[in-house]
Amino acid sequence: MDFGFTTAAYVVAAVLFILALGGLSGQESAKRAIWYGIVGMALAVVSTLVGPGQGLWVLSLILIAGGAVIGYQLATRVQMTQMPELVAIMHSLVGLAAVFVGFNADIELTRVLAMTDEARAALANGFAAIVAKKTPVEINILRVELVLGIWIGAVTFTGSVVAYGKLAGKVNTAAKKLPGGHLLNATAAILSVVTAVWYFQGGGFLALFLMTLLALFIGYHLIMGIGGADMPVVVSMLNSYSGWAAAAIGFSLGNDLLIVVGALVGSSGAILSYIMCRAMNRHFVSVILGGFGGTGGPAAAVEGEMIAIDAEGVAAALDDADSVIIVPGYGMAVAQAQNAVSVLTEHLRKQGKTVRFAIHPVAGRLPGHMNVLLAEAKVPYDIVLEMDEINEDFPSTDVAIVIGSNDIVNPAAQDDPNSPIAGMPVLEVWKAKQVFVSKRGQGTGYSGIENPLFYKENTRMFYGDAKDSLEKLLSHLR
Amino acid sequence: MKIGAPKEIFEGEARVAMTPDSALQLQKLGYSCLIETGAGEKAGFSDSAYQKAGVEVVHSAAALWQAADIVVKVREPSETEADNLRKGQTLISFFWPAQNEALLQRCKDRGANVLAMDMVPRISRAQKMDALSSMANIAGYRAVIEAGNNFGRFFTGQVTAAGKVPPAKVLIVGAGVAGLAAIGTATSLGAIVHAFDVRPEVAEQIESMGAEFVYLDFQDSQDGAETGGYAKPSSPEFRAKQLEKFRELAPEMDIVITTALIPGQPAPKLWTEDMVAAMKPGSVVVDLAAERGGNCDLTVPHKKIVTANGVTIVGYTDFPSRMATQSSTLYSNNIRHMMTDLTPGKDGKVVHNMEDDVIRGATVTYQGDITFPPPPPKVKAIAAAPKKEKPKELTPEEKRAKEIAAFRKQTLTQVGLLAGGGALLLAVGLVAPASFMQHFIVFVLAVFVGFQVIWNVSHSLHTPLMAITNAISSIIILGALMQIGSGSYLVILLSILAIFMASINIFGGFLVTRRMLAMFQKS
Repeated sequence: MDFGFTTAAYVVAAVLFILALGGLSGQESAKRAIWYGIVGMALAVVSTLVGPGQGLWVLSLILIAGGAVIGYQLATRVQMTQMPELVAIMHSLVGLAAVFVGFNADIELTRVLAMTDEARAALANGFAAIVAKKTPVEINILRVELVLGIWIGAVTFTGSVVAYGKLAGKVNTAAKKLPGGHLLNATAAILSVVTAVWYFQGGGFLALFLMTLLALFIGYHLIMGIGGADMPVVVSMLNSYSGWAAAAIGFSLGNDLLIVVGALVGSSGAILSYIMCRAMNRHFVSVILGGFGGTGGPAAAVEGEMIAIDAEGVAAALDDADSVIIVPGYGMAVAQAQNAVSVLTEHLRKQGKTVRFAIHPVAGRLPGHMNVLLAEAKVPYDIVLEMDEINEDFPSTDVAIVIGSNDIVNPAAQDDPNSPIAGMPVLEVWKAKQVFVSKRGQGTGYSGIENPLFYKENTRMFYGDAKDSLEKLLSHLR
Repeated sequence: MKIGAPKEIFEGEARVAMTPDSALQLQKLGYSCLIETGAGEKAGFSDSAYQKAGVEVVHSAAALWQAADIVVKVREPSETEADNLRKGQTLISFFWPAQNEALLQRCKDRGANVLAMDMVPRISRAQKMDALSSMANIAGYRAVIEAGNNFGRFFTGQVTAAGKVPPAKVLIVGAGVAGLAAIGTATSLGAIVHAFDVRPEVAEQIESMGAEFVYLDFQDSQDGAETGGYAKPSSPEFRAKQLEKFRELAPEMDIVITTALIPGQPAPKLWTEDMVAAMKPGSVVVDLAAERGGNCDLTVPHKKIVTANGVTIVGYTDFPSRMATQSSTLYSNNIRHMMTDLTPGKDGKVVHNMEDDVIRGATVTYQGDITFPPPPPKVKAIAAAPKKEKPKELTPEEKRAKEIAAFRKQTLTQVGLLAGGGALLLAVGLVAPASFMQHFIVFVLAVFVGFQVIWNVSHSLHTPLMAITNAISSIIILGALMQIGSGSYLVILLSILAIFMASINIFGGFLVTRRMLAMFQKS
């Protein structure tokens, strides 16, 4: 199958995909980059249909059109606060597709191997034709690749479904494990290796299917055991897995474009997971194995009391302030308060005050979650800053407003070596002259860690649902 | 239990320890409240206002002392009042136990439990019951008002059609609570305010209130801060330097407000006779330390005097009482907070927990024993600033050496990684067939490109990045497209499903990414 045209198209598509990812380095170039991605994808699909794709292309087009309708509906209807769920569920589709394609490859393999030499030679194109030309060693390698692709795909599938459930609030977000914990995971992993070996020895489809079931279980159990606060890592990890699955399938199908794109996506997800883990000062392994690890001793008790304040008090302080930094967190997303935040920002900026946003890398449930929400509410992105850019400015800030975030502003990470989050980089809001914390109640955050910030002398607690509180505040400011 | 507030019998005392508002709060704690008739009159609270708040008005002091289980007062009890105390009764008021030993003895003999509001330790948790601070705040404000009352000019500078008015210059000595309050009041009236304190760390607080800190040119500037946030006596050399500075400032200043106090000692003399003599006629000195002897040599406690050169020296000692409504409100709130701490169950029952730092600190007699002075609190008010060690300055050579070492280390890790990776590739190449290696090299290169490209993605675009990588990971559709034409129906079915799902992903992923990116806009 030497389709010079297809290969050329693949090269162009691969370059376009790389440009699409590279373009995300800035907001403006990103708007162009997305078109590179779309064109690349179109080119890849069309050239496959024309080239190595084998017949039934009318059916294929109909299917693609059907998928397009659903995809369009999903993309236009989804609320920006539901982004994490959407991304998670879409990963599961890729995972499942990888499993199916893997199964197909195995079925084709069995079919072709059963053919006579003449029949093999007669295969004109398509996957079967490639298989037909393989030597026994190559066929064994093909099987290894298949197993890898299916295994990763299956883990991605159930993992993403569970992650979706947790993010959408349909599954309890707390870290949960079946009795046996990691032992169960380890057993399942060993068993899947055993079944894989069995498959290599000629176990046939049954062995492959059993291995898939084990992988599905691992995906489910692994993600169930990870708490809600670690979701940014999980989602980017699953993103990475879906890429590796595509790359593995690409090997077995001998399709370079699949390999290239799979590797790009895989490494992208891996880097994102790494960035998230570094932002939490935790090891990737400890995040994946779930729950907060053991600590060196009891966390320091917190002295003092939380002092509440009403909207009027906050309004008065904001009136006097010249510089304000807003620190949004998942609570803002939950309360859908981003529009109220935006109106507040606009109002304060009109009065000539400096208003900026400080975004912690792991704020929210998805890398960059807060940026997207604020962008949706039309907060200009040039006042939305990263932790490293703004952390030094807190001492010269009059008012810091913390909206629905907790662990990312916890001074215990710096002060208390026994704290479970000790050493995690945090936003130093307590250095501002005054801190207002908008929070639903007195409880602890996701991680269940006491936050000494709430007890500081310059901190006032502004209780209530973030959206309601901000609207009340706005009515006082006007 | 019953809480009662008698009328203050100290002459000129207008404050009252319970207001209708605080009574409402105390009732929420489960107490019933009593007040002596006319107790709140001078502070602007009538008997009927108390009655409206559910407070029982008692007609004589004796009856009140008899009926109340807890007596709340402003001033320390007089001897006759102390004799009204009975065993088990609780008294909460200012007490000054160090100065009033005989009174302390008397209360002990009566078997009463006395909580002195002036002994509440200065820790963060106890701020809400720190009556000294709330009264000092009022005194600081009132000091400026009294000064203005006796000062014949504007505070603020003005250029009017009738001529130019220079702003008043105010010097505040001692930047405790009262001093800071005075600074705030004077700056908001428009005066130019200078302030001095022996504790250099308050310079920042002074400047934050809008005043200028008067720096002393003193070798190894000593730290006058005692633990607990109070000042301690200064060395003779330091004092000499300080007076010299004041002498220099005296002719310029229109208003001087002195608030310097050292716990347990007479007020330090900081504004001497010759400084007063150097001041312009019409200037005003307000001495908030008058009760303890005064910071100014010429201060006459409780009185206002005018010196021969026309400087008014105000030595009133009842500034809070002069603003009785305000000070009663704040003081009664302090008392109310104290009661909240004493009533953990909110059931109207006092639990006198001597393990509690705040309650222990304030208690001066308890169950027939004198419990003054208290042991030092477990929590220090303001932790003594740890000695800061300056990071060692690196010499250029050291810096250079460090850089070279870092560079070497980096090179070493990079070369190591390259060598390891190369060896691994070679090992794979030895066993794997050429067709596999072809794809494998593509794979390795793609991973490498991926790592290089993704590191440059801006943090704020991580969500769009995930969405777009999600969209392009549906490239798996190619695999399904290659298989759909197979002879096996099962394969066709699975391919159909795979194509369908992947195409949902392609369109959903790209569209959502576009939607997100379109939202990012510059201001």
